[in-house]
Amino acid sequence: MLKSAFGKQKLIPIPGSREYMERTEKDLGLGKCPSCSRRVSELELKENHKVCPDCQYHFSMTAWERIQLMADPGTFQEFNSDLRSLNILDFPGYDEKLDAAVNQTGLKEALVTGQCTISGYPVILGTMDSRFMMASMGSVVGEKVCRAVEMAGDLKIPLILCAASGGARMQEGMLSLMQMAKTSAVLDKFHRQGLLYMALLTNPTTGGVSASFASLADIILAEPGALIGFAGPRVIKQTISEILPADFQKAEFMLKHGMVDKIVNRLVLKDTVESLLRLHLGGNNG
Amino acid sequence: MVKRHFDYEEKYKNLQGKFEELQELSRNLQFDLTDEFKLMEEKMKDIRDNKYQNLTPWEKILLSRHLERPTVRDYIQFIFDDWIELHGDRTYGDDRAVIGGIANFRGIPVTVLGHQKGRGTNENLENNFGMPHPEGYRKVERLILQAEKFKRPVLTFIDTPGAYPGVGAEERGQAGAIARVLMTLSSLKVPIISTVTGEGGSGGALALAVCDRLLMLSNSVFSVASAEACASIIWKDAGRAEEMAAALKLTARDIKELGVADEIIEEPMGGAHKDFEATAKNLQDRLCRNLKELLALESQELIQQRYTRLRQIGRFQEN
Ligand SMILES: [Zn+2]
Repeated sequence: MLKSAFGKQKLIPIPGSREYMERTEKDLGLGKCPSCSRRVSELELKENHKVCPDCQYHFSMTAWERIQLMADPGTFQEFNSDLRSLNILDFPGYDEKLDAAVNQTGLKEALVTGQCTISGYPVILGTMDSRFMMASMGSVVGEKVCRAVEMAGDLKIPLILCAASGGARMQEGMLSLMQMAKTSAVLDKFHRQGLLYMALLTNPTTGGVSASFASLADIILAEPGALIGFAGPRVIKQTISEILPADFQKAEFMLKHGMVDKIVNRLVLKDTVESLLRLHLGGNNG
Repeated sequence: MVKRHFDYEEKYKNLQGKFEELQELSRNLQFDLTDEFKLMEEKMKDIRDNKYQNLTPWEKILLSRHLERPTVRDYIQFIFDDWIELHGDRTYGDDRAVIGGIANFRGIPVTVLGHQKGRGTNENLENNFGMPHPEGYRKVERLILQAEKFKRPVLTFIDTPGAYPGVGAEERGQAGAIARVLMTLSSLKVPIISTVTGEGGSGGALALAVCDRLLMLSNSVFSVASAEACASIIWKDAGRAEEMAAALKLTARDIKELGVADEIIEEPMGGAHKDFEATAKNLQDRLCRNLKELLALESQELIQQRYTRLRQIGRFQEN
């Protein structure tokens, strides 16, 4: 599938890699589906929630596109929007990278969190934006996850986190690694309250995010074709120097191996989430 | 060119050998070699005072991975009595990269867990270089829940490049296995003390480091990912690993300054392998003191303190 998209080019980027994401974005600009090569207009994509009308390839969504898709119109109230990353370690180039990401995305960090209703059910919703430094988890992302969990716990309403992340924010060193432990601890408390946490794994969900809050949900949904795993495929390839299975670490592979509950096409995502909310909270259509 | 070996001891050994040779020679032949001796003594002193005392972060990484460095099993055997190793995750297999069991620690039954690297190629292959698969983390999860059931404190020892990146590891759920250990440890009702004895690498190391007290040997490191991996990902140049090692702030002192490690245990000059018994004895005393303090706490208080400890980690601005 991918081969046809990139034509004669020798180098086929590994799905989920930075090159792959950049290529995808570029192809998006050209109006071409990276999976089936069909020409798609911006408008067509937008109307179809960035899903290829022919082959159902799921293009990356920004945090706010995801919110528009899931939240009832006009209900999303963002919180903790003013948290910003610091260059704690004085890491070379980190300030510049943060500035560039802020300028490119208009976001202050890689995760947007807030309260909204979904089909009438009040929920806490968090969405990650892979354009922001591959949505890597540093102090801010970790803190915002924790505050979202705590808010859901205080209000006794469900929590929904849409993950997309390349892993830990290396520029924050040990403090970024510790966010895995921190988010896991907060979720442990949340689960003890008997409340519902659903995670949606989107392309890509790897590294420190997959090995912490993204894997600790009651129900784990995944988008078709999303890269999901602990180690990135490039690292694995280097380590074992073997050809990887064709669908390796795709959502479908993870479903087969028992790591996710359900793969949900984006076009029916809201319906599925609504059904799950109803099954947990009762009521008819909210 | 990235320096691959920790080479001072080689140099030191050579100098010492030559020094003794010359001494012998000068005695036999009655040459006056005072100037040469002086020069060599200065060189040796320079290594002792300047090199060993001022290791760069990259040199500490090399030292933490040193082939002669004591392994976790060495520490376990020295520190505890009646060590009985327990095997398997009851689901898939027994991971040799992470070992666990029960032991007696100065009269107190404890659960002990740690990454196990091997010595030499064969042992390392058997132990997969201390890089666990999911079954290793499931074994950890099983044994910490068992520790809680029998109210045994948990002592963990960290020495791993990271969780194993492989097809089987992904198929069997590496990410979820690590995540569940992190979550389970965060509210375990018994005291947990973790010690980084060598290399603390990424999430695979962190899974044994959610604790009430984190101790680090002075030449151990703890890093979000290996310096080589970070250099190749961020700078697209694995050759800059040495520079990256400094940027990541991964030495024991750095980790303590970041508020993650509590205590540093000084190693003898040249590293823990230079005097294993002294290092292990020192560690044993520190573990004992910390455990006594933690055992004085009510379980609720212990969990609350651990939660606060984890919850406050991170620095950011808010305005
Ligand atoms: Zn298509």
